[in-house]
Amino acid sequence: MTKLSLFLGCIVPNRYPGIENATKLCLQKLGVDACDLPGASCCPAPGVFKSFDKATWLALASRNIVLSERMERDILTVCNGCYGSLADANMELKKDPELRASTNSYLKEIGMEFKGTIEVRHIIEFLYREFGPEKLKDYITRPLDLKVALHYGCHLIKPSKDRNLGETESPVFFDELVEATGAKSVDYTDKMMCCGAGGGVRSGHVALSLEMLEHKLACIRQAGVDCIVNACPFCHLQFDRGQLAVNEKRNGLFDPCPSLFSAPWPSAWLFSGRTRNRTECSPEYRISCKSL
Amino acid sequence: MSEKLLEVLKTAGLDVLSCMQCGTCTGSCPSGRHTGLNTRRILRDARKNRTKVLSDDALWLCTTCYTCQERCPRGIPITDALLELRRLAVREGFMLPEHRKVSETVLECGHAVPLDEETKKKREELGLEPIPETVQKYPEALEELKTLLKTCKFDKLIAEK
Repeated sequence: MTKLSLFLGCIVPNRYPGIENATKLCLQKLGVDACDLPGASCCPAPGVFKSFDKATWLALASRNIVLSERMERDILTVCNGCYGSLADANMELKKDPELRASTNSYLKEIGMEFKGTIEVRHIIEFLYREFGPEKLKDYITRPLDLKVALHYGCHLIKPSKDRNLGETESPVFFDELVEATGAKSVDYTDKMMCCGAGGGVRSGHVALSLEMLEHKLACIRQAGVDCIVNACPFCHLQFDRGQLAVNEKRNGLFDPCPSLFSAPWPSAWLFSGRTRNRTECSPEYRISCKSL
Repeated sequence: MSEKLLEVLKTAGLDVLSCMQCGTCTGSCPSGRHTGLNTRRILRDARKNRTKVLSDDALWLCTTCYTCQERCPRGIPITDALLELRRLAVREGFMLPEHRKVSETVLECGHAVPLDEETKKKREELGLEPIPETVQKYPEALEELKTLLKTCKFDKLIAEK
């Protein structure tokens, strides 16, 4: 199987280290050859950097890619934003010689060259394609009796012309992966809607960002689920800390969504006793997770 | 603004001229439900070279969810075009202070969200190294990154004009 380097990005190592830990345990358990990527930086965040300057966005992304090219390993991302940035930059630089030449002129200043020898993966897409739900079922030691609301996040599947993960209005691959654990993925209104955090909106227009989140949460609540499962730490941050902010806005009268699981899917389920996917918005749920 | 918007979009391979103003983009926009973001109008302004679109705050209300782009019956890369307009806006000096701050954070420490003491503690409790294997741990890697950003003149781009 492909050799990988684990690209952490910013939010996972610097805010939700439980995701980093769970991902590493999970990959180890599945026998995936994945190592650290020392010296990697921000991907850089597509919502902001791609909105500011294309040359800088490509230069920073390609530096991260070159670090992994030197190790002769494909990059494994655990975040939709990192995936969006690195996969898109990798693709653009591979297919456009002019763009590659200009990016390499910047990289030359730090003794690097983009060669275009590796691929960029996302953990959900990787697990689905390389293992698949049926095979993963064999690893589940404690099937979960949970009803969950799935949130794919936008940049895992879009733009679809570059992702090749099927159609984007009602995809099923993530649902299938999660249902392999025994959990039931419950359909809900606006399931494919954005969490409201992307595109620099959470940083630049936080009130709007929270309004969009509130709508999404209202839809999820109607579906009556035990928790939300997402595929991206930035969406996770929005669902987690965002709920605290919504509650504050509502003077403490907001009833937080029952619970919250975090990103890399199999982590908490496979190793629930050993990992801690800490969520700020419902700490009591963390305890029930641990005792699963 | 000497460059014509339409020309810039065209050069970037983003042809918005086939837009028939059907409004599927605006109708699909999750941000537009809550705000004045009207994607259809932004495309119209762009094709008519109305440079006022660059100073329009609505440009920054898009979460880049790509729903409009996926649903466009003419197959116009709408989100990509909007990103191109944002980059033009930044070159003209239009940038939210919060976005300037995120940029400065990356310039300073290589991450948009830097490590804090609380997370260091959490990391240790989990049995992880307190400082992750990223640019934060390697001063020479951080220097390299700073050099790269300067080579791209990113510091000058984000400086207030």
